[in-house]
Amino acid sequence: MDWQMLTLVGEDQPGIVAQVTDALYQSGFNLGETSMIRLGGNFTIMMMVGDGENGENLTATLTPVAEKLGLQFHIDPIRGVLHQHRVPNFQVRVNGADRAGIVARVTGVLASCGFNILELESDVVGSAKEPVYIMTIQGYTESTLESLEGALDVLKAQDIDVHVSPIETLIG
Amino acid sequence: MAILEILKLPDPRLKEIAEAVADFDDELHSFISDLEETRQDGPAAVGIAATQVGRMQRIVIIDCSQTRKPVPNHGRLVLVNPEITEWDGFELGREGCLSVPDYTGNVIRAEKIKVKALDQQGQACEYEMEGFEARALQHEVDHLDGVLFVDRLVSRRTDLFQRKVYRKGGKQKKRSG
Repeated sequence: MDWQMLTLVGEDQPGIVAQVTDALYQSGFNLGETSMIRLGGNFTIMMMVGDGENGENLTATLTPVAEKLGLQFHIDPIRGVLHQHRVPNFQVRVNGADRAGIVARVTGVLASCGFNILELESDVVGSAKEPVYIMTIQGYTESTLESLEGALDVLKAQDIDVHVSPIETLIG
Repeated sequence: MAILEILKLPDPRLKEIAEAVADFDDELHSFISDLEETRQDGPAAVGIAATQVGRMQRIVIIDCSQTRKPVPNHGRLVLVNPEITEWDGFELGREGCLSVPDYTGNVIRAEKIKVKALDQQGQACEYEMEGFEARALQHEVDHLDGVLFVDRLVSRRTDLFQRKVYRKGGKQKKRSG
């Protein structure tokens, strides 16, 4: 199946996913993996959309529902493959006072350890006066815990509170 | 000895509740050998339940002695009619399942448990488990009750909220147990 990556963003309101996916379904499109999250109060979703049997045009299908819901969308053809999940073996948690460059510095160190980020979420919480930054990263690397910790020690010297722990996935 | 076929989601038998074992005979022992061989045949499973191969009886095997990083464990355990009698604490951890290929996700489990069961000769036994081994047993006992880890998934964003809810549930269970 040929896949397209559909990105939709806009002001959040109840029922967006239902209306968008219903429009896709009615036009014969298939959904693969999807990821939706609210970012700064905005609705955001990315969906792998597979060509349906009807040969309908994805843009034409989405335009009416996107206009109705006030959403912007973007479509890219991708080479998508299902059933290729990789299991993370390390988790990295960062938290502390919000400051410029945290993400770049942490992920820079991880990249130098051959760390492949599989999931990343970051959030600014706390209050407007005292914002706190929280980030969780899960990923895979052949590096050892000791070498990751050693590499991340550089950041601790810069007052970035970062913890790495192995993930032992239970198969049962 | 034989490798048995693992039932995979969405097989409805995975949602059934298993019956207690009453007969501790040669046929049971032969089945348990096959179940263990099946566990070892797959991708590094630390546990397996009889219901995963379509036998609707309360039998599980766990073995947490071979993890990458050693964890507290009781070696290989064959537990018949297992019953978790106490729960304590809560922990988020990543799980996968022989019956749910190509997927892993985060699940909250009790950190420490006490379990009563029979061994494969029908003798009563009791264990205190913690961490990874406690997680493995809870995962397998769930199978006997027709529950899969995908029925218990939580997202990382909501895990603080979920933890509070779970703690309350755990305490209630303790009181009634």
